[in-house]
Amino acid sequence: MTGSKMDRGELSDIQQEEEGTGGSIDVRLDEAARRGLTGTARADVYEPTRDPDDISRAPDPADELDPPRWRRDFPIDWPKDEFVARRDFAKFLVLTSCAFAAGQGWIAAQHLVRHRRPAPPARVKIASMRDVPVGGVETFSYPTDRDRCVLVRLAEGELVAFNQACTHLSCAVIPKVAEGVFLCPCHEGYFDLRTGKNIAGPPPRPLVRILLETEGDDVYAIGVEERTVA
Amino acid sequence: MTTRKPHLTRAQRTTIVNGIVCFVLVLVLLQLWLLTATMNAFLGGDTSVVLPALGASLVCLALSAGLLRYI
Repeated sequence: MTGSKMDRGELSDIQQEEEGTGGSIDVRLDEAARRGLTGTARADVYEPTRDPDDISRAPDPADELDPPRWRRDFPIDWPKDEFVARRDFAKFLVLTSCAFAAGQGWIAAQHLVRHRRPAPPARVKIASMRDVPVGGVETFSYPTDRDRCVLVRLAEGELVAFNQACTHLSCAVIPKVAEGVFLCPCHEGYFDLRTGKNIAGPPPRPLVRILLETEGDDVYAIGVEERTVA
Repeated sequence: MTTRKPHLTRAQRTTIVNGIVCFVLVLVLLQLWLLTATMNAFLGGDTSVVLPALGASLVCLALSAGLLRYI
């Protein structure tokens, strides 16, 4: 074969490929000697062939080409069923991904709502030194009436105050002054009495600390300190 | 010129779906970790991570949803 004839043959095959009418692939690749080599492919690689895993036949032959939705979703053969199960599991995972993203959105919305809340009262008198002996405990509400807090006088000039809500599930913690801990009775959570640090049990964070100021005998709450670590 | 996709057997497609499932699973676990870490930080008063974590979670969701196109 001369060079010009081969060129015409190649051109004709390429044109057939482009027009979608050709049944074979590039003649330069489709030779017996090149079978199995890189660049060689089956002539029917682009043709719809019957999958060897398709064991069962639909009663209506027309269903073979365009099966109804229910037949695709509830296959009889195991290989098909495995494929559908994996595909549906992937879809379920993406749905879970949506739920997690929605959760993040909810946190961001809460952040914006908190940002717009009015600031807590700057300075509120919560107790008098005369009413709280050394080792004594006093409860109060700060910054709102719903935020129950506990004031503990550890030594003569040492006062600490924390929000009573456990950082696990918001049960009220109980001060155990003799043992130096706050105990959450719901799930046996323990916090250090001096620092509010979570030291045992399920609580993930320290107690919310109430910042204090003393003036004479009077004790004032001046702020709230939320912490991830003590 | 039209692009024709090679016909894949169901076994080959199942392998592709398995790969996609593994990838999406990693992304979902990353989102779970992001959610718990962000919740802990937010309740602990550290709000600086909230918006970056939301962005990262949305990127994970977009990647997961984008991979569904190949199933």
